[in-house]
Amino acid sequence: MTRRHGTRVVDAVYELTVNGQPRQVSGAHAGDSLLHVLRDRLGLPGAKNACEQGECGSCSVLVDGVLVCACLELAEAAAGCEITTVEGLAPAGGEPGDAALAGDVLTDVQQAMVEAGGVQCGFCTPGFVVAVHDLLDRVPEPTTLEVREALAGNLCRCTGYGRILAAVDQVVAVRTGRPS
Amino acid sequence: MTRVESPPVRGGPAGGRVGDSPVRPDGTPKVQGRFAFSSDLHAEGMLWGRTLRSPHPHARIAAIDVGPALAIGGVSCVVTAADVPGAATYGLISADQPVFARDVVRYEGEPVAAVAAEHPDTARRALAAITVTYEPLPALTDPEAAPGADPIHPDGNVIRRIEIVHGDPAVTGDVVVEGSYEVGMQDQAFLGPESGLAVPDGEGGVDLWVATQWLHEDRDQVAACLGLAPEQVRLHLGGVGGAFGGREDVSMQVHACLLALAAGRPVKMSYLRDESFLGHVHRHPARMRYRHHATWEGDLVRVDAEVLLDGGAYASSSAAVVANAARFACGPYRVPHATVDAVCVRTNNPPCGAMRGFGAVQVCFAYESQMDRLAARLGIDPVELRLRNALGPGDMLPTGQTITGTAPVAECIRAAAAHPLPPPPGDGLLERPGGAGRTDDPGRTRRGVGFAVGYKNLLYSEGFDDTSEARVRLEAGVATVACAVAEVGQGFVTIATQVARTMLACDAVVLEPPDTVGVGSAGSSSASRQTWMSGGAVQRACGLVADQVRSALARRLDVAPESLSLTEDGRLVGPGVDVGVAEAAGDEVYEASAVHRHRPTTPLDGTGQGTPDVSFVFAAHRAVVDVDPDLGLVRVVQIATGQDVGRVLHPTQVMGQIEGGIAQGVGLAVMEEIVMDGGLVRNPSFTDYLVPTAADTPDVLATCIEQPEPDAPFGAKGVGEPPTISSTAAVAAAIRAATGVDVTRVPIRPWDLV
Repeated sequence: MTRRHGTRVVDAVYELTVNGQPRQVSGAHAGDSLLHVLRDRLGLPGAKNACEQGECGSCSVLVDGVLVCACLELAEAAAGCEITTVEGLAPAGGEPGDAALAGDVLTDVQQAMVEAGGVQCGFCTPGFVVAVHDLLDRVPEPTTLEVREALAGNLCRCTGYGRILAAVDQVVAVRTGRPS
Repeated sequence: MTRVESPPVRGGPAGGRVGDSPVRPDGTPKVQGRFAFSSDLHAEGMLWGRTLRSPHPHARIAAIDVGPALAIGGVSCVVTAADVPGAATYGLISADQPVFARDVVRYEGEPVAAVAAEHPDTARRALAAITVTYEPLPALTDPEAAPGADPIHPDGNVIRRIEIVHGDPAVTGDVVVEGSYEVGMQDQAFLGPESGLAVPDGEGGVDLWVATQWLHEDRDQVAACLGLAPEQVRLHLGGVGGAFGGREDVSMQVHACLLALAAGRPVKMSYLRDESFLGHVHRHPARMRYRHHATWEGDLVRVDAEVLLDGGAYASSSAAVVANAARFACGPYRVPHATVDAVCVRTNNPPCGAMRGFGAVQVCFAYESQMDRLAARLGIDPVELRLRNALGPGDMLPTGQTITGTAPVAECIRAAAAHPLPPPPGDGLLERPGGAGRTDDPGRTRRGVGFAVGYKNLLYSEGFDDTSEARVRLEAGVATVACAVAEVGQGFVTIATQVARTMLACDAVVLEPPDTVGVGSAGSSSASRQTWMSGGAVQRACGLVADQVRSALARRLDVAPESLSLTEDGRLVGPGVDVGVAEAAGDEVYEASAVHRHRPTTPLDGTGQGTPDVSFVFAAHRAVVDVDPDLGLVRVVQIATGQDVGRVLHPTQVMGQIEGGIAQGVGLAVMEEIVMDGGLVRNPSFTDYLVPTAADTPDVLATCIEQPEPDAPFGAKGVGEPPTISSTAAVAAAIRAATGVDVTRVPIRPWDLV
């Protein structure tokens, strides 16, 4: 635990469960965000740092299955929760944590984002991938308007969202067996 | 020595020739979160750098005391103007901007000092501990007052003035319409923050991994400020999270290198969003006065335009932006007589420079507003009026330059107008103005349709020697391409693989990581130039490799090389021979370098005449909006476009550029503005500076007009900027049509409409 003595900040030590793996965190400051700890303590840079005030969705991760902005979460408070980052998304049939970093095995959402042209600079992309998985897990066949609303918490400055919406449509079509 | 992983990017699957839509070679690591952006870089033992910035728009610096910062545990070093060993100033066109302010600060956010510390929070506390004694000065914030005010910089308050006098200034038309227009300050709002990692080499030099638009230009500016030879400063492209013009200027590059050299350790810098808003240039705010003369039949006779751009405190690329605003001030129309007076001034507002569309966006809003006024005055349909005056090949521009390439303006207009209109708004409040706020009264929603056309130049202008270099190596069926293009998201990495596959008939393409070490400059990823310039360089280098293979094959076959012809799809064909270049190369290794140059241009003379441009690109947009007249809320429903592309090299990427550019144009029309108050930025966050979300962007219907440009490699024109130029004006026209309110300023705010 972290204790403050005067102005001196003592390093925190705690354990997070990230992508199914227990991860010791040491050397972090009290008040470090989950985003900072993931990126700079645990070597998981997939969640991005575009605004660090919860407006852009680039740092979207799942905490106990809930879509959150990692920049707004206190890292230490996430101890005991199941944290899933873009690095831990598993293709259908896989287990969290066993897939993406292993190589070029992509989830259906990741594959569709690449194929449909939903990726340009790619900075928003991991956040969109996590958010789209979350949406389609909750709402398997959303309308275009529902997709637009659900993804309105994720900013993209390159695509104008057209190819991202096309990617979502492609995933829904494959999952539901309808022509896209 | 610390090593930063930056693996070569493998090409996509076979079949990805020019005209196909292969997937991006960097797509897989990007969707997996494995792609290393400049803010993701890490080195053992690295420090975190942060920048201390002026809270004042204009002040004298009486004293700086860094002692309290150095006393904090975990702080490694602090640098100020006194620690800059080389040139004290830098800049893209003129070196007028200090690395750190020494005696005076000229805008809010101007760097004053930088620190390096073990933890970013420690660096933040160190900044707070530095004592700077400021004596505030009156801030010059009104661009109209700048030319006559006391100079706020040794270079004066007028950055550049351009006058164009074309035809007979005494000629008048039957009808005259006048108007004054304003454009607010837009931000590029790229998502990846300014960031990079500087690593000292232990021998006095430094390696810098950084997100930029032009590695070699940065290298030269950084080396000059560090007082080092260019080869002692090696720049490597860190993953770039968008750019849109905002990374043409140096931001943290010099600071990070200074800190790393002072500390003798790697230093990482990564701006937070509020700092990013202060740490890069913006789109110039503009005030414009126009007078259009026409005949009763609707032929333009004369345009008089006065354009005032606020360049902010330092010059950046203002001299080129104002030249664009001047050259394109009359729009894509035949204008036999014109006077243009365009000036960019210096103020204590934030520096402005490059953003997508680069001077052409501001004037387009003005001249297209004028075209609508003229259409209303003459009782002519706005689309008909534009078609009647549309530029075409062989027409003369106000600079006296004749269009020698393609100019399918009428085709763009007709294509945009031909798309189906959207159905009326549905019953759900989500699809009405106000969206999820559910504030709309469906019985009062008003729909409007507006039209606009725009154009600009491709590539650099006014006599600039614009080059790109590429090196191609063909070995065992694999083409390895070295070219220092800054991939900023636009997809040059895909285009490069397509060009190599097409020219060499190979499947596998590897792109070397872009840096300043292995290959010469590729020029800037701006001005819609890389597909043409660096696509051309890769094409030429591939052509030289193909020639070598042809000679070798001819020797093996004992025939004259001329008897083997090289086809457009990379095959060597002759009597009894038809083989792909890569296959014919076999196990031999071939390598060639090439530099691509576009044809020379000339500066403008004293009356703004010359041949300043290489090529022009056009687009037309039709916007459909729904407006809540009670709350002044706007929903942009649909944008239809016809765009001049020369030739489509990658259909999916072209569509991505069109949709993305339109989103930025929509943003400028209805929501994006850096709000200034006495020289202070009031909304430096994504909470207060609104970027269009998926709920704000319209459906896009696009038609690409394919007329291959004679001078361009593969006939392709750049596609990045045209979507942004006239989409703003089209949305504004649609809002006028919906509300009857004669809006003359963008972005259009709710209180402009109620």
